[in-house]
Amino acid sequence: MKKDLIDIRDYSMEEINELIALAGRIIKNPEAYADVCRGKKLATLFYEASTRTRLSFEAAMLDLGGSILGFSEATSSSAAKGESVADTAKTVQCFADIIAMRHPKEGAPQVAANKVNIPVINAGDGGHNHPTQTLTDLLTIHMEKGRLDTLTVGCCGDLKFGRTVHSLIAAMSRYENVRFVLISPEELVIPEHVRTEILDNHNVPYKELRSLDAAMPELDILYMTRVQRERFFNEADYVRLKDSYILAPDKLFSAKPDLAILHPLPRVNEISVAVDDDPRACYFKQVAYGKFIRMALIMKLLGVSI
Amino acid sequence: MIIGSIVNGVVIDHIPAGRGMELYHYLKLDRMECQVALIKNAHSRKHGKKDILKVNEVIELDFDMLGYIAPQITVDIIRDSVRIEKIHPELPERIAGVIRCRNPRCITSSEQELRHEFRLADRENGIYRCIYCDTKAEKQSVI
Repeated sequence: MKKDLIDIRDYSMEEINELIALAGRIIKNPEAYADVCRGKKLATLFYEASTRTRLSFEAAMLDLGGSILGFSEATSSSAAKGESVADTAKTVQCFADIIAMRHPKEGAPQVAANKVNIPVINAGDGGHNHPTQTLTDLLTIHMEKGRLDTLTVGCCGDLKFGRTVHSLIAAMSRYENVRFVLISPEELVIPEHVRTEILDNHNVPYKELRSLDAAMPELDILYMTRVQRERFFNEADYVRLKDSYILAPDKLFSAKPDLAILHPLPRVNEISVAVDDDPRACYFKQVAYGKFIRMALIMKLLGVSI
Repeated sequence: MIIGSIVNGVVIDHIPAGRGMELYHYLKLDRMECQVALIKNAHSRKHGKKDILKVNEVIELDFDMLGYIAPQITVDIIRDSVRIEKIHPELPERIAGVIRCRNPRCITSSEQELRHEFRLADRENGIYRCIYCDTKAEKQSVI
């Protein structure tokens, strides 16, 4: 039976740990994997703008020896003519072996996965989920901290529409001794379904704060997010909230010396460029790790091994 | 008030008081040719008041929908004036085509032919969530 990746919660901890281990092996010896997907095609169906995720998927497939096809905006596909997601997916499966889909509507990759016989990877669906970013975040934390348990994880910024935060909380809450500090303006707190179904129902310790300064000293991981203009129906609300938190060097005085600062990128103003040279800044390393975990995922879903 | 017993049909009992009309419309009983009775605010030993629907014809019922709208109801199937079966609908694991997802960001809001489908997320509290976007179902969103 084919396997997809729609929601990180569909994967067991064992499966995630296997992917992280495989990515680690690829990082150590990329040449050994340079040809394992020869003859396979990845279709990147991106209905919404993306730099990192799309290029990361494409680089991952090319580095595995496979090839790529697809579109990078809805206007250059038949979606502009009103074609449904299901019809587009059924068409694409005639040409490709695996699909990576980004769509502004929540649940669109699930619709595609339900209709085709090839694996579908959710590359971000609206403000809902972004599981390959979560795999990237997990690999980054594992590489930088050497563990995924016994961590205090601070999530800061737009926790309402920040899909990467939702997926990260879902994934990290399964590891032992992980606690969350959720820092956001009142209007951008985590959605009710994340609070009840993930945190409350599984007795995961967390607290909600408005101040980043108050949270900083206890954090092992600081996961910064952008306030996402494209998720707001009202421009005035976006303008009012967009600069709620700005991480600058002075904010890091009280932070642990081995703090790891992550950000799914792109950033706008929430991390000053002056922080980039701090050894605790991991967000560009995170981009590099993203390619390796996607290589591991593509191999797993295509049933390729060496 | 006396309403005669039925010969062949169904009795939907223990409907929460005030929700009988909702079921009446959902089951499209207004289009039935046979005798149909909606009894509002009947005496209930357990809840004080309840609604009851009596339909003098054996009709196909969607027990998933009934279980979702009112899991405490019972359905008696009557044949030749004798109750041959008493059914207690349960909360179904999935319900399709019963509730509409109200999230404007959900794919169901733009793809009109996509069936709205919900999964049981919390049996204890009867909470359903959209299989596409995880939005919580609202009881008033019954299609």
